[in-house]
Amino acid sequence: MTGPGSASGDSAAGDTTESIARIYRREYGRAVAVLVRVFGSIDIAEDAVQEAFTAAVQRWPSAGIPPSTAGWIITTARNRAIDRLRRDAAGEDKYAQAALLHSRTGEASGMAPQDLLLDELAEEAEMRDDTLRLIFTCCHPALGMPARVALTLRLLGGLTTAEIARSFMVPEATMAQRLVRAKAKIRDARIPYRVPRGAELPERLTAVLAVVYLIFNEGYSASSGEALIRDDLCAEAVRLARLLVSLMPDEPEAQGLLALMLLIESRRAARMTADGGLVLLPDQNRTLWDKELITEGQDIVRQCLRRNRPGPYQVQAAINAVHSDSPSAEATDWGQILTLYDQLLQLAPGPVVALNRAVAVAEVRGPAAALGLVDGLDLAGYGLFHAVRADLLRRLGRFREAGAAYRDALGLAGNAAERRFLEGRLLGLPEGD
Amino acid sequence: MSQYLLSIYQPDGPAPSAEFLEPIMRDLDTLNQEMKATGAWVFAAGLHPADTATVLRPKGDEVLITDGPFTEGKEHLGGFTIIDVEDLDAALDWGRRLAKALTLPVEVRPFQH
Repeated sequence: MTGPGSASGDSAAGDTTESIARIYRREYGRAVAVLVRVFGSIDIAEDAVQEAFTAAVQRWPSAGIPPSTAGWIITTARNRAIDRLRRDAAGEDKYAQAALLHSRTGEASGMAPQDLLLDELAEEAEMRDDTLRLIFTCCHPALGMPARVALTLRLLGGLTTAEIARSFMVPEATMAQRLVRAKAKIRDARIPYRVPRGAELPERLTAVLAVVYLIFNEGYSASSGEALIRDDLCAEAVRLARLLVSLMPDEPEAQGLLALMLLIESRRAARMTADGGLVLLPDQNRTLWDKELITEGQDIVRQCLRRNRPGPYQVQAAINAVHSDSPSAEATDWGQILTLYDQLLQLAPGPVVALNRAVAVAEVRGPAAALGLVDGLDLAGYGLFHAVRADLLRRLGRFREAGAAYRDALGLAGNAAERRFLEGRLLGLPEGD
Repeated sequence: MSQYLLSIYQPDGPAPSAEFLEPIMRDLDTLNQEMKATGAWVFAAGLHPADTATVLRPKGDEVLITDGPFTEGKEHLGGFTIIDVEDLDAALDWGRRLAKALTLPVEVRPFQH
């Protein structure tokens, strides 16, 4: 027999197991989303979908993969959940009784999945709405940021608690507790299962995009630990952004975030040396950049420009698109980048944006002008602030001050690759002033 | 429908001047009227300052009595409103308006039911 995760010796069955893993990634979140609506409970939905995938792993290798995998998983999950709830409800379990009642209410209003399965279009539309509801619930502002991230990865990405714990370098028990507490708050405080409308949508969407970008950044430059890049988190963030773009095609900031992540992701291969050292943008071998990702990212940036409803993610994507356009570091159109940073500073004022803008100022007007701007920023607790200052001081020949600034940056560096990079810079400084 | 407790936290110390409080109390009154009109309002009350509080603490068979509020700190519960609404988003909407009207932080907490 073939259990979850164990491929049988038969190669066709092995292929099926491969496919099931892919289908799991694709369908898990929306199956959970539909079942949360049907039963009004995240826990019941999660258990039911897990059970359905376990059944799929047992059955599909011999019976073949069904034509509608989503339909099969959702129907199986729903039937198994109802069977179990009926047993529990007979034993006076009030939660089971409530969940059963909830699922019947859905049937009465014509929202039960077996009705929807008759009409594929309605099914698809409802599934999309459910997925959005689940996204907005997971990213509700009444939940703490770590809880939002964990819930999103768990419920929409189908990552296990252990996988999420490893990704964020916390003990599995801590992550399990975080998820339990977040789900209990959703249930007990009655965080609604709905998509925000009208005036509240922009703020709530911003919160969702922030969660997705945080997942990407955690994967791209892990804030602690040895690994600079954690591929699975980046891939999941990009998948979530694609999902958001497909679900909310009229939101240019969702597109902007997707483009931004694709363009950053395109430089992955050039960003590290073979021995794990960090390579900054000007020093990267641009032939290693992923042209497909660049083309896709730049196409989205162009679509955003045509829409002319700019936002912070779109402008950051545009800045990255300028870099991606340039055949060499020297040929970079810094004037255009500075114009975009001016726009970004208006849309999203803040010292970190001002710091990044100063880097562009250094290229256009020289390091002295940039240093004047940087020194006025209140960012002493931010490692990159000291690294930028150090670089400007080095370029101005003020090596002793540069050394002090590199040491400040080292004290705040988050991971080993950054530390090694900064140590290299520090050692490379000439003697004297 | 679900009930929520909206707790208002205010800094200890002398009460603000009448001129300062007057517009705030007017805004609060308007908000309470609106809560009543929409059926969200269940109950509301303002409390005397925390130094009027007395704490009773069971110890063995006895109950110890001490002067002052239960929690140490520079802010204490100054009043509360109970509302009955659809879900947390609705409760947060009222809570947000209450915080704005009072210019004080508000904690929103669900009732067990």
